[in-house]
Amino acid sequence: MAVANVRISVPSREAAGPPISEAPMVEIEHLSLWYGSKLALKDITMSVPKHRVTAFIGPSGCGKTTLLRCLNRMNDLVDGVRIAGTIRIGGTDVSDPALEVTELRKRVGMVFQKSNPFPKSIFENVAYGPRILGVRSRSDLDATVERSLRAAALWEEVADRLDDSALGLSGGQQQRLCIARAIAVEPDVLLMDEPCSALDPIATGRIEELMLELKASYTIVIVTHNMQQAARVSDYTGFMLLGELVEFGLTRELFTNPRDPRTEAYITGRFG
Amino acid sequence: MRLRLKGLELRGVKSGDAVDRLRREMTAQQDRYALHEGRVAELRAQQRSSVVVAADGGKQKELPLAQVVDAYRPNAMGPVAKSLAYAGNVWEFVADDPRESNTEGGVFPAIFGTVMMVLIMSVVVTPLGVLAAFYLREYARQGPFVSAVRIAVNNLAGVPSIVFGVFGVAFFIYVVGGTLDRLFYPGALPTPTFGTGGILWASLTLALLTVPVVIVATEEGLAAVPRGTREASLALGATKLETTLRVVLPAVMPSILTGLILAMARAAGEVAPLMITGVVKLAPALPIDSAWPFLHLDRKFMHLGFHIYDVGFQSPNVDAARPMVFATTLLLLLIVVLLNLAAMTLRNRLRRRYATGAI
Repeated sequence: MAVANVRISVPSREAAGPPISEAPMVEIEHLSLWYGSKLALKDITMSVPKHRVTAFIGPSGCGKTTLLRCLNRMNDLVDGVRIAGTIRIGGTDVSDPALEVTELRKRVGMVFQKSNPFPKSIFENVAYGPRILGVRSRSDLDATVERSLRAAALWEEVADRLDDSALGLSGGQQQRLCIARAIAVEPDVLLMDEPCSALDPIATGRIEELMLELKASYTIVIVTHNMQQAARVSDYTGFMLLGELVEFGLTRELFTNPRDPRTEAYITGRFG
Repeated sequence: MRLRLKGLELRGVKSGDAVDRLRREMTAQQDRYALHEGRVAELRAQQRSSVVVAADGGKQKELPLAQVVDAYRPNAMGPVAKSLAYAGNVWEFVADDPRESNTEGGVFPAIFGTVMMVLIMSVVVTPLGVLAAFYLREYARQGPFVSAVRIAVNNLAGVPSIVFGVFGVAFFIYVVGGTLDRLFYPGALPTPTFGTGGILWASLTLALLTVPVVIVATEEGLAAVPRGTREASLALGATKLETTLRVVLPAVMPSILTGLILAMARAAGEVAPLMITGVVKLAPALPIDSAWPFLHLDRKFMHLGFHIYDVGFQSPNVDAARPMVFATTLLLLLIVVLLNLAAMTLRNRLRRRYATGAI
């Protein structure tokens, strides 16, 4: 991977870590978020490089998921949310209230913590996104469904039962189906909110392999509780604590040589 | 023709070509009617002959032939002939019109009226209840007002049915029906067309009576659709409407059908509100026939529940009508079971299609 020749510049005080010199896909500047009067994200500035896996780790309630959901504006659905700061994805300001949220969400796919296939057939689950985009022709849909399921490493297992209910799949298969569904619309960015927290180690392993394959074509942002997982799959890692981005940098650096004592305390298991 | 004449009069045309032509046609028709009447009287006179029935004991009884419907000789019949006669009787009960002030003959118009009323009610109550539930659960901002509406809906389910009947008479028949008559059928006034009881008003009254059942069932179904399922659809770039129509609606379909089953079961057995909104002892014609516009929603109709009451308690010869009461009751129960079975089969089919295994 190209990670080796990344140049790390001099650490600056405002950013939580060294600025990243790779081409950014997502740029977050001075992002703060309030649930009612409670401050959930405190002045976060960072950028997520293109075609890399970026992980957020941190204890429960530190705001990882909230940060992730800012990127496709899913927080709009929650009452009483107020957001300050800017987020740019591929150069477009997505915090603009005039932005068509549905357009943004077509470019930023999401996989949820709990697998949530629709109560429809496997085929219809994957075809849902393209149908929303207006694809009508059956042969186009067939091709998209097959390509997505292959990309999600699920095709071999379900090819002969595409018309069965998606709810009959196992937990790991359901989660891979959700990934296939998210990539069927060919988003630029794939957000994954603890995608393996409900899966056994084997299913987790398959999804991690999948992420490493998918990062060739997608920018992946993953939230995880599992530090080993972050260390295994991600190129960059951010450590969050109480709504603050404490440290952000190359995964290897962050795990082997953390600059902040709080990061060190967390990854060595002294709290959290 | 009389209506067309009256319509002309209402528009201020009192004489002229059109009026004269109509008058001439009317006289011609009246002449033809007189002709037919004469022939009927002639035929009746020919029926005066009678038969003499002799029993084993030597008794004899003379019966006018016009009153004989059917003749059996039960002792001379074998088992096959007996079962055939029995089946014929059942068929007559199910498929024929009533005779002798409902104490004899069949109950077909009542079956037809009951089923049709329940179907019209279903067609009305399903969209009404489903839209209300979706609005309350998905679109309205949850607050004191929505809570108040929800409480009101639940209370509506506890209101005695005769109160709905009175409301149906006051609102549907007098207000809505009266207005329709004034607007569209002024020629027929003072005889009301829609401004009197009819199958449409009875069905609408029952729809009001059963709408809380559908709302509550649909709301429960909506509450059971996981938040994650909605979010998954929204995260794919679907709008709220697309999410509602393509994901949420199919997922709550079984709940909607459950509500509809309960509503149909309640509606089919309801009699009190119908007695004042359009059920009659004997309806001269079915609500569907071959005369344009084929579906006559303004017609009064017969209903099995009311038929039981009428035959059992209002008939001139209660003892003779008792078998009819029992048979009609059984039939009403059978029809309710059949309607429910149909809806349940549909629901199970949907369930199988959408849900296998745990969610």
